[in-house]
Amino acid sequence: MTTSTVKRTNARQWGPFFIESRETPPQSWLFTLSMLSVLATLILTGVIFALYGQNPITAYITLAGGTLGDLSSLGVVLQRAIPLMLIGVGLVVAFRAQFFNIGAEGQLLAGAVGASAVALFFPNFGILEIPVMFIVAFVCGAVWGFIPAILKLKLEINEVISTLMMNYIAISIVEWLVNGPWKGKNQVGYSYTDTFPDAAWIPKIGSSTVHYPTLIVALALVALVAFVIARTRLGFRMRILGENPVAAKYIGINTLNTTLAVVMLSAGAAGIAGAGEVGAIHHKLLDPAQISLGYGYTAIIVAWLARGNPISVIFTAIFLGVVFAAGDVMKVSLQMPAQTTNVINGLLLFFLISTEPLVKLKISLAQGTWKLER
Amino acid sequence: MDNIILSTAARALAFGTPLMLGSLGAVYAERAGVVNLGMEGMMILGALAGFAITKNTGSPLEGILVAALVGALAASIHAFISITLKANQYVSGLALSMFGLGLSSLLGKPFEGLPLFTQLENVTVPGLSSIPGLGVFFTDQSPLSYFALVLGVVLWLVLFRSKLGVVIRSTGENPSAVDSLGGNVTLVRYACVIFGGMLAGIAGAFLSVAYRPAWTEGLTGGIGWIALSIAIFAAWNPLGAIGGSLFFGALYSLSFSKLQESISPSLLKMMPFICVLLALSLNALRKNSRSNVPEALGLPYQRGQR
Repeated sequence: MTTSTVKRTNARQWGPFFIESRETPPQSWLFTLSMLSVLATLILTGVIFALYGQNPITAYITLAGGTLGDLSSLGVVLQRAIPLMLIGVGLVVAFRAQFFNIGAEGQLLAGAVGASAVALFFPNFGILEIPVMFIVAFVCGAVWGFIPAILKLKLEINEVISTLMMNYIAISIVEWLVNGPWKGKNQVGYSYTDTFPDAAWIPKIGSSTVHYPTLIVALALVALVAFVIARTRLGFRMRILGENPVAAKYIGINTLNTTLAVVMLSAGAAGIAGAGEVGAIHHKLLDPAQISLGYGYTAIIVAWLARGNPISVIFTAIFLGVVFAAGDVMKVSLQMPAQTTNVINGLLLFFLISTEPLVKLKISLAQGTWKLER
Repeated sequence: MDNIILSTAARALAFGTPLMLGSLGAVYAERAGVVNLGMEGMMILGALAGFAITKNTGSPLEGILVAALVGALAASIHAFISITLKANQYVSGLALSMFGLGLSSLLGKPFEGLPLFTQLENVTVPGLSSIPGLGVFFTDQSPLSYFALVLGVVLWLVLFRSKLGVVIRSTGENPSAVDSLGGNVTLVRYACVIFGGMLAGIAGAFLSVAYRPAWTEGLTGGIGWIALSIAIFAAWNPLGAIGGSLFFGALYSLSFSKLQESISPSLLKMMPFICVLLALSLNALRKNSRSNVPEALGLPYQRGQR
C-alpha cells in the first residue's frame, strides 16, 4: 500500500513565515537540512560530553586536532572513509530500490572471509593476487546479500530482520574460523589466522594507512553507480522501482531481477570493503569486532546523508570517517569508550529523519498579504 | 533422558524470559501499527539502568522499576519521531538501537566487571512446584519469569477479549476508521509503543539483575532482534509469543550446555539466528500467513489521507 500525495495549493502562514509544499526540493535546501541535523547532533553530543565531566569546547578542540590536525590523522580519516564509501554507495542504490539492507556488516565479513581464503590458500596468483581477492570478496558479499534478497522477493520476509540475522551468523562463522579450522599455526594464544603472504598485502600510500587500491575501487564504483543511475536502462528501472513499485510492474519492469541485481551490487561492495580491511590493515582474519567496528551500520548514515546521490557519498563517507577517527581520539585522549561514536551516529540519524517532513516544504519570509504562487 | 528434557525445559523458561517480555511488547506496539526496531537499544539501556540502580540502592525491585522507566523513555523518542513527526519508523528504530548501544557502553564503563550482591533471587512456588511434569516451571525460577508468563496470558485476554483490545487492533488495521469513530489513534499508538519500551527495559534488567548479575558492554547480544522476530512468526499473538520464546529459550539452553562438548561454541551461538530465518521462512510458506499482518503496520497515520 502506498500513500498518494494529494496535490493541492496548501500555502499557509506561520508567524512571519510563509510555508508552501513542493514536489522537488532544491539541493541547497537538502544541504541546509543536513547541516542543521549535524549541528543539532554536535550540540547534543556536547551536552553528553558535559554530563560525562568533559568540557565540551575543549573536547571538540581535542577531537578536531586529533582527526584533522596533521597529515597522519587525516590519513586515518581517509582509511575509515574507504569502507564507508564502498558500503555507502551500495546502500544508496539499495535504498533507492526500496531494499533496506542492514546487513552490510555481515556482507563485509563474508568478503573478508573470501579474501582471506584466497590469501591463505591460493597465494600464487602473483600480480593478480589482490584483484582476485577483491573479486572473490565481491562474490562472497553478494552471496551473503542474495539470501535475504531472495527471502524478501519470494517469501516477503522483512529484509531488516533477515539481514540482521545474517550479520550475527557471519560474526559466528568468523569467530569459528579464527578459533578453529583456520587458526594460525604460528599464532599461539591468539584467535588469528596466519599472517597473509606478502603478495596479498594491499599496498598503502607511503607510511599512512590509506590503502589506495581499495580507495580507487571505491571511487570507480561511485562513478559507475552515478553513471548507471543517470544514464542506463537499469538505472531507469531502479528509479521507477524505488519511486513507484506499482507503476514499475505495470510498465513491465522485472522487479525480481532488478532488486536482486541491486542488492547483490550493494552486498558485493560491502564484501570488497571487507577485503580492504583484512588485506591492508590486519593482514589476517581475526576477531570480527576488530575487523569491522560497525562500518556496516554507520554506512547507513553515509547513504542517508547523501540523500540518494552517489557522488555525495564521497563527502558523507569522509565526514563519517572523521566521526570514526574521533572515536579513536576519544579512547586515547578523553578516556571515553570508542563506542561513543554510536551515540553520535544514533543522534544524527534521529535528526536526519526528523527533518524529513521539512524536505518538501518551502519556507520563506511572508511579505504583506497572502500570495498564492507556485 | 527424562532429566535432560526437564532441565532443558526449566532452563528454557529462564533463557526465554527476556524474549517473552520483549516480544510481548513488540506484539502490542505492532498491533497498534508501529514497528519499533529500537528493541535492542531499549533492552540494553534497561539492563544498564537496572544494574546501576540495584548496585546503588541494593534493591533489585527498584532497579527493575527504573529499567522499565528508562525503556519507556527510550521508546517515547521513537514514538515522537515515528508517530508525531511521521518519519520513517524503520530508520528511527534503528537509530534508537545504535543510540542505546552507544549510550549504554559510555555510561556503563564505571560498572564494568563489578559484582552485584543483591541480585533478584529465584523462588519456588509452593504447591505448583510439585505438579508432575509442569513442576519444573515453578521450581527455582526468577519472579520475572512468572511475571512474564502471567503477563502473556493477561495481554492475550486484553487483546482478544476486551474492548480495549479491539481499539488497539483496529488502530493497527484501519486507523482512519478508529479516527472517524472518535478514537484517538495517536494516543493508542503512543501508549502501545511506550508499553513495549517498558517491557523491553524490564527484559534488559532481567539479564543484568537476575539472570547473570553483572554489566558488560553489549550484553544483550542480539536478543532484542530475536524478540522482534518472535512477534512476527507468533502472528502478533501474545500466547504465540510465549510459545516462541520458550522454544528459543530451549535452543539457547541446549546450545550452552549439552552440545558444547562436541560442537564449537561459536557455531552454536549462531543457531538461534539461523532458526529465526527458518521459522520466518516456514511461517511465510504457510497459507494465509499474510492475513495476520496488521494492515497499517509501519505507516504513519495522516488524517484525510489514505
